[in-house]
Amino acid sequence: MSTNENELILLAHGDGGLLTHQLLEKYFLPGFSNELLDELSDASVFSMQEGRLAVSTDSFVVDPIFFPGGNIGKLAVCGTVNDIAVSGARPLYLTASFILEEGLPLGELARIVASMSDTAVKAGVKIIAGDTKVVGRGQADKIFITTTGIGLLPPQVNLGYRRLKPGDKVLVNGSLGNHGLAILLQRETLGLDSKVESDCAPLNLIIEKLLKRFKSIKIMRDLTRGGLATNAKEIAQSARVDIWLDEQSLPVDDSVRGVTELLGLDPLYLANEGKFLIAAAADEAADLLDFMKKDSLGENSRLIGEVRAGSGNVYLKTALGGTRKINMLASAPLPRIC
Amino acid sequence: MLNNMPDPALGQKILARLPSLAEKASRRLGRPPVLMEVCGTHTMAIAKSGMRSLLAGHLELRSGPGCPVCVTDQGDIDKMIALAGRPEVTIATFGDMLRVPGTDSSLEVERARGARVEIFYAPADAVEFAAGSPEKEIVFLGVGFETTIPAVALSLELAVAQGLRNYSVLSSHKLVPPVMKALLSDPELKIDGFILPGHVCAVTGRQAFEFISGEYHIPAVITGFEPLDLLASVCLLLNQIADGRPETVNGYTRLVREEGNKKARAIMEKYFEPADALWRGFGLVPQSGLALKKEYSLYDAAARFPLQVPASRPLIGCACGDILKGKLTSPQCPLFAKSCTPLNPVGPCMVSSEGACAAYYQYEWAAK
Repeated sequence: MSTNENELILLAHGDGGLLTHQLLEKYFLPGFSNELLDELSDASVFSMQEGRLAVSTDSFVVDPIFFPGGNIGKLAVCGTVNDIAVSGARPLYLTASFILEEGLPLGELARIVASMSDTAVKAGVKIIAGDTKVVGRGQADKIFITTTGIGLLPPQVNLGYRRLKPGDKVLVNGSLGNHGLAILLQRETLGLDSKVESDCAPLNLIIEKLLKRFKSIKIMRDLTRGGLATNAKEIAQSARVDIWLDEQSLPVDDSVRGVTELLGLDPLYLANEGKFLIAAAADEAADLLDFMKKDSLGENSRLIGEVRAGSGNVYLKTALGGTRKINMLASAPLPRIC
Repeated sequence: MLNNMPDPALGQKILARLPSLAEKASRRLGRPPVLMEVCGTHTMAIAKSGMRSLLAGHLELRSGPGCPVCVTDQGDIDKMIALAGRPEVTIATFGDMLRVPGTDSSLEVERARGARVEIFYAPADAVEFAAGSPEKEIVFLGVGFETTIPAVALSLELAVAQGLRNYSVLSSHKLVPPVMKALLSDPELKIDGFILPGHVCAVTGRQAFEFISGEYHIPAVITGFEPLDLLASVCLLLNQIADGRPETVNGYTRLVREEGNKKARAIMEKYFEPADALWRGFGLVPQSGLALKKEYSLYDAAARFPLQVPASRPLIGCACGDILKGKLTSPQCPLFAKSCTPLNPVGPCMVSSEGACAAYYQYEWAAK
């Protein structure tokens, strides 16, 4: 795809005329091409086997749109794929809607579309419908993307809060807080040099393998906004159990720990885009952990805690031996992270 | 990179010694000892490490006036919010100030109404922002103690060097030694030992706090921010209480010198001079604040943007003032976790990331 880096999105790219068609033909269709999308009809029509479907939708407004470890396009695919995957479904199709700000360099759009296309291929999903709107300068921030995903639930998979029981173990597939911190550090005003990269990655393939092999997996959550802390709290509240986490088992990269200490942030509340929590029966937990560690997206997996009878609280056993309660965060002066 | 995970084995060792030390100190006092961590960062470290739950029954820890946002007077906060409403002004601030409730609004609400409020971690970055936006008036909200004041002074040095005409500081800065004197002069005070702020002392030096043991005969230990530092300082304080020999000890020698950081103080003194200041909970504390010197009035937002702010109303029921003086703990405030929560804060102690109520709510509330 050759692009003149100086070309910009104009309002006319959204008026349905020649420029709109050029935009589609030059940028979106080559990137996303598949038999359903290429029909270019008002709606994509496909058949599905009988069963249960999973649908999820998410809008992406991250600032900056390019960050170490990814960009808004990769994020828009991973975010929705992961939401579908942690529900236990196999994601099949995505739709993608773009709101573009007048003045967005076409070169940047091309890089974002290419990255979406690569990530969709990697995750084995097809982008089968889409839309583009252009708004005037200042009426949006460069580019906003909404993706909707459709997935198919295998008949034997049945995840849910109700299955959680005291004694179940809680695991996570790797280090916490990298995405949230990578975005934060991109803010010009921070003036910190750091090598923290977003962990943004599609999780559907590792999750599919885990679900096939381990029948005792009871619930999964991708640890996006609010991080491990908020998601654990939501699970505990919905399931009316307590979750006890062990601080010394929590995987946090040294670089993340150092910068968060400096800025007074807590990695437990920072967003991840390639991390998920699993709760599973205690007798399968050790095998599950071993299996997760063999996958490239689970090398740093850890057993981080357990479910106990209770009323919706999350506790952290600190390294010192104390106990601290984990609550949802009211508000943090953080930039847009997804 | 820093790695603040404590050495758990060493922590357990110190913890095992604590009950007998506390017992000795209690015998001398006739009641369990009450210690105050003066600094908000210590408050947070104590809450995060779960230390309070480990010390419960042996001694009590109370927060002090060391959260800069919390001690800022209501009238000063109203001034900042009023300043944000001026069309030519862009407010530059540390993120902590954003949600602090004024009498009728907050910077966060003003921003939603269209005010320009930018968050910076380093004041020097606000100067760079001012240099790149000559059409805007950038006002930096100078809130903080000896730890942050040198960085704000440095931002003025940069602005002066570049000849900027659109950068000014609204100084609400405060000094810790004078407020400690005000606290110690309170006849109702019942604190048996002070955990002193390591970073403030790195600038002021140990000697600036010598008066705590010298004049008021209360033990004090300067300490760092790792759980092990804090535990060690609690041991040192209990020993002093048990022995009846108060001293002001430097327990943070890897950062704090006897005479402090002269360079940092020199740049503070170049731009600022001591002035009387209003503190939440304390009222007027003589010579406890800093104002810009006359020769730099061009950079003084208070001089450049004279503001008439209506008298602020007290926050009804809010116990922030008594909490900052160590008279109450957060759960003793009638509003705590009821009408005052992080989402709906009545007072600043529930907002600031260093606030005692925020720490209690976030990490300890209902942990029993």
